[in-house]
Amino acid sequence: MPASPMGVHPESGDVVVMVGTTKGAFLLHSNGSRRQWHVDGPHFPGEEVYALMMDQRGGRQTLWASPGNPFFGTALVRSDDFGATWSPREERAIKFPEGSGVSLKRIWQIQPGRTEEPDHLLLGVEPTCVFESTDGGDTFRPVQGLLEHEHRPHWTPGAGGMCLHTILTDPETTQRILIACSTGGVYRTDDGGTTWKARNVGVRAEFLPDKHPEFGQCVHKVVHHRAKPGRLFLQNHWGLYRSDDWGDTWTDIANGVPSDFGFAMAMHPVDTDTVYIVPLESDMFRCCPEGRMRVYRTRNAGDSWEPMQDGLPQGGVYETVLRDSMHTDALSPAGVYFGTRSGKVWGSADDGETWSLLRDGLPSVTCVKAAVVA
Amino acid sequence: MNVVVNLPDALRADADGRVRFELQPAGATVREVLAAMRRAMPAVHHRIVTEQGELRPHINVFVGNENIRWSGGLATPVDDRSEVHIIPAVSGGSPTTIPAITRVAPPATVRLNRA
Repeated sequence: MPASPMGVHPESGDVVVMVGTTKGAFLLHSNGSRRQWHVDGPHFPGEEVYALMMDQRGGRQTLWASPGNPFFGTALVRSDDFGATWSPREERAIKFPEGSGVSLKRIWQIQPGRTEEPDHLLLGVEPTCVFESTDGGDTFRPVQGLLEHEHRPHWTPGAGGMCLHTILTDPETTQRILIACSTGGVYRTDDGGTTWKARNVGVRAEFLPDKHPEFGQCVHKVVHHRAKPGRLFLQNHWGLYRSDDWGDTWTDIANGVPSDFGFAMAMHPVDTDTVYIVPLESDMFRCCPEGRMRVYRTRNAGDSWEPMQDGLPQGGVYETVLRDSMHTDALSPAGVYFGTRSGKVWGSADDGETWSLLRDGLPSVTCVKAAVVA
Repeated sequence: MNVVVNLPDALRADADGRVRFELQPAGATVREVLAAMRRAMPAVHHRIVTEQGELRPHINVFVGNENIRWSGGLATPVDDRSEVHIIPAVSGGSPTTIPAITRVAPPATVRLNRA
């Protein structure tokens, strides 16, 4: 049995990288230099953790996690002491309504909600739905507009399941939320969740006879910068796209990448034009192309992409990075982190220019979330 | 009626440190045993039964040595001498859903043993 994790004890300005794996969660902790890392874990040994989040709104410092397994289901738990203790699982059950015919399978995303409401919290779950809390996460209810959406019978699971993996809120229009699910594609509400409209114009569905349906796309990740929220970047199941109108239309930006297939996508914390991706070689292979581990970065909103490989292995490497396994911290220069299915966590403390291996030998990495402690 | 329930060690923390205890079901089937568990131990119940009232796919329930999937499901009878075992199937452990092998019809030898 692994040793019990003790949690981390960060000071203001330190960085905590939360790593979810198929066999538990790990907390990587460093000071602002990000040169040396202390690793704490596994938390929830033996359980998969697909979603982690540090919520520092409203003066709190709360870690959220979603441990679960195929036997006993998924729970949502919180820690207010950086992982030293976690709340009891029965404290907050995430349940679909009885009679709805669907049961919670996995929590894929834990997302802070509206900026001006620090008690607003959103969960993206499988099967496809959003759960919402307005009391700081004490209670959650499913968003009815998605639960009862007319497209629901036509959404089908991808290899990862029928997951809702992306939730983006609009700091300028509080009733607007954009989500993405596999498969199904991008949907947006402008009325706080009552109605949701598919927003996939221009996004390809390579695996369907009709390559441009209204919905049904297998979108893998969407990111945006909160200083320019209407500009979206999308990593598709084949395809890289940008939208400048909150998803109303999408433009292909796969300019100079070795493959436009991939999962992970991360936004730079300051520069609204800078985005990171990890291209993978085809949906059948799903490993980094040519046996080379490369992060690609655009600094002009997708007009061009450049490989970032200094410090990453460049031969005989066949790694896979999943959709939530790359993230950035909020320091300058930015820290960029990603984890692989082979259990490696790589990090850069200089906007992606150079990389170092922060940790090897972890279970398969399912999510990476970085935060600077307030 | 008292029915003895045995839990896997993985659920010990949800059951106040116990893995063997008695329940007093209101009726004489597994369904009533689980209902009694829901009243007495909601956290344990939620980990083995979905919000739609179905056994989670990788959970097996035995009454004595019989898997209830082959002996009437939740309508399987229990009596005062019954021991109910909650046991994770061998089909779990994968990050992706795989068909639970316990859904496959049991081999004939199992049927013979039951007779």
